[in-house]
Amino acid sequence: MIKREDVITWLTCYRQVIKDNKDYLTELDSAIGDADHGANMDRGFNAVVAKLPSVEEKDIGTILKTAGMTLVSTVGGAGGPLYGTFFMRAGMAVDGKAELTPEELAGAFDAGVAGVQQRGKATLGEKTMLDSLTPACQALHESLDRGNDLKVSLDAAAAAAEQGMKDTIPMLATKGRASYLGERSIGHQDPGATSSFLLVQCAADCFGKD
Amino acid sequence: MKKLINKPEDVVKEELMGVALAHSDLVRVHFDPDYVVRVDAPIANKVGIVSGGGSGHEPMHGGFVGMGMLDAACPGAVFTSPTPDQMLEATKAVDGGAGVLHIVKNYTGDVLNFEMAAEMAQMEGIEVASVVIDDDVAVQNSTWTAGRRGVGTTVLAEKICGAAAEEGKSLQDVAELCRKVNGWGRSMGMALTSCTVPHAGKPTFDLPEDQMEIGVGIHGEPGRERMDLKTADEITEMLTEAIVSDLPFEKGDHVIAMVNGMGGTPLIELYIVYHKMVQILEAHGIFVARRLIGNYITSLEMAGCSITLLKADEELLRYWDAPVKTAGLRWGV
Repeated sequence: MIKREDVITWLTCYRQVIKDNKDYLTELDSAIGDADHGANMDRGFNAVVAKLPSVEEKDIGTILKTAGMTLVSTVGGAGGPLYGTFFMRAGMAVDGKAELTPEELAGAFDAGVAGVQQRGKATLGEKTMLDSLTPACQALHESLDRGNDLKVSLDAAAAAAEQGMKDTIPMLATKGRASYLGERSIGHQDPGATSSFLLVQCAADCFGKD
Repeated sequence: MKKLINKPEDVVKEELMGVALAHSDLVRVHFDPDYVVRVDAPIANKVGIVSGGGSGHEPMHGGFVGMGMLDAACPGAVFTSPTPDQMLEATKAVDGGAGVLHIVKNYTGDVLNFEMAAEMAQMEGIEVASVVIDDDVAVQNSTWTAGRRGVGTTVLAEKICGAAAEEGKSLQDVAELCRKVNGWGRSMGMALTSCTVPHAGKPTFDLPEDQMEIGVGIHGEPGRERMDLKTADEITEMLTEAIVSDLPFEKGDHVIAMVNGMGGTPLIELYIVYHKMVQILEAHGIFVARRLIGNYITSLEMAGCSITLLKADEELLRYWDAPVKTAGLRWGV
């Protein structure tokens, strides 16, 4: 089972990962965007972690929704509404729950990814966050369906997200600011897909350890 | 990085504090969430107009808040869209009961955040209409991109819609007028240098001394094509012809023209561009009825310019000429 402490650990760990990768994300964004993804995510997750003490006794749904609302009001850019929607929808899917089964966690991821898709109106293969999130969700479900435990399944999800992230390199961007580059967006890894991979990797590191 | 700043993370807050002090007769600045609002807002029974976007484009948008133009502007971090809570609070602050128009530049972040803000405002019972400006002819195929970017026409739309709102037009009419301006306005820009986002600390892209970037947006994002540097006349011709052929503008059309500096180009050069642009337009039989030459929608310290042409009928010219009193545009008062 996933406990709310694990969710708090996940968000706190992701804040550190973002801090460590801030310059890297900004560098990726400089190539095909506007050089703000690292700084925006860093600002947003610092704000999320600052909010956590006020919700650490609440249910997992509330913790995730609070993270989402905090991101919406602190990140800006496209990342704010997209990551904010991810966490708000994931939170709504597990409203009131103090613990999650692996299937419930996968269901929360599904709801979050569906929210990102709806808000950003993007589909797979357009060089966006979805290119790492969608394969990660699929891999998580497939692995759980085969009877693997959470740790193994999240590792599979992280591997799929990493592959999805790398797959964005040869893609032609058709959504977001990178799309204005046309052919010149080819050859660069998408910063949003990168921060999304890091989120899944962080989940694999924090959940299902026992 | 060589900039007249204190700390990168304080740039927007400190700029807003300066604006609040300098223009206290025109605007109030609200912090957390950040927005610039007309000193006399909300005005009963007048449509409120709110715009916003990343900082770094000054005087847009905060410099256009005041009588006859915007009621409020939401500044984001540099080159980063503001957030829905800012937009929601600004919308509430300017709602005088006649509804609020959001003028949104077509950049994914701006569009997504304004969408969320409009949904939130409607939940609180405020009537909101949104018009997305997408006038950049440098972006050609809208099926394969996020659509044309919103650039120079935004300034003209804010002025014209502000005048119509001041006159007491309804939300529906002001929104319709905004769509008309967007439909008739076209822009294209170019860069001679990159620019440096304060928190990034180094130039967004690398542009060699003998090259230029044609078709840039307003965030230091690279444009469509990089080529060898050309003369002002040749550059003006590339921009003007691309714009004229796009609408298309036709013989006998009257236009409002804006020759806009990107932030690092002196006026002396913008007037050279203006001169050539008028010659080209005259050859097409297009008459420049009104003009703006200067820095109105900038990209930090980027050197370069953009040209905006708006086909103008009597209605648009009348609203253009109406009084405006803001830090960035002021006439008739």
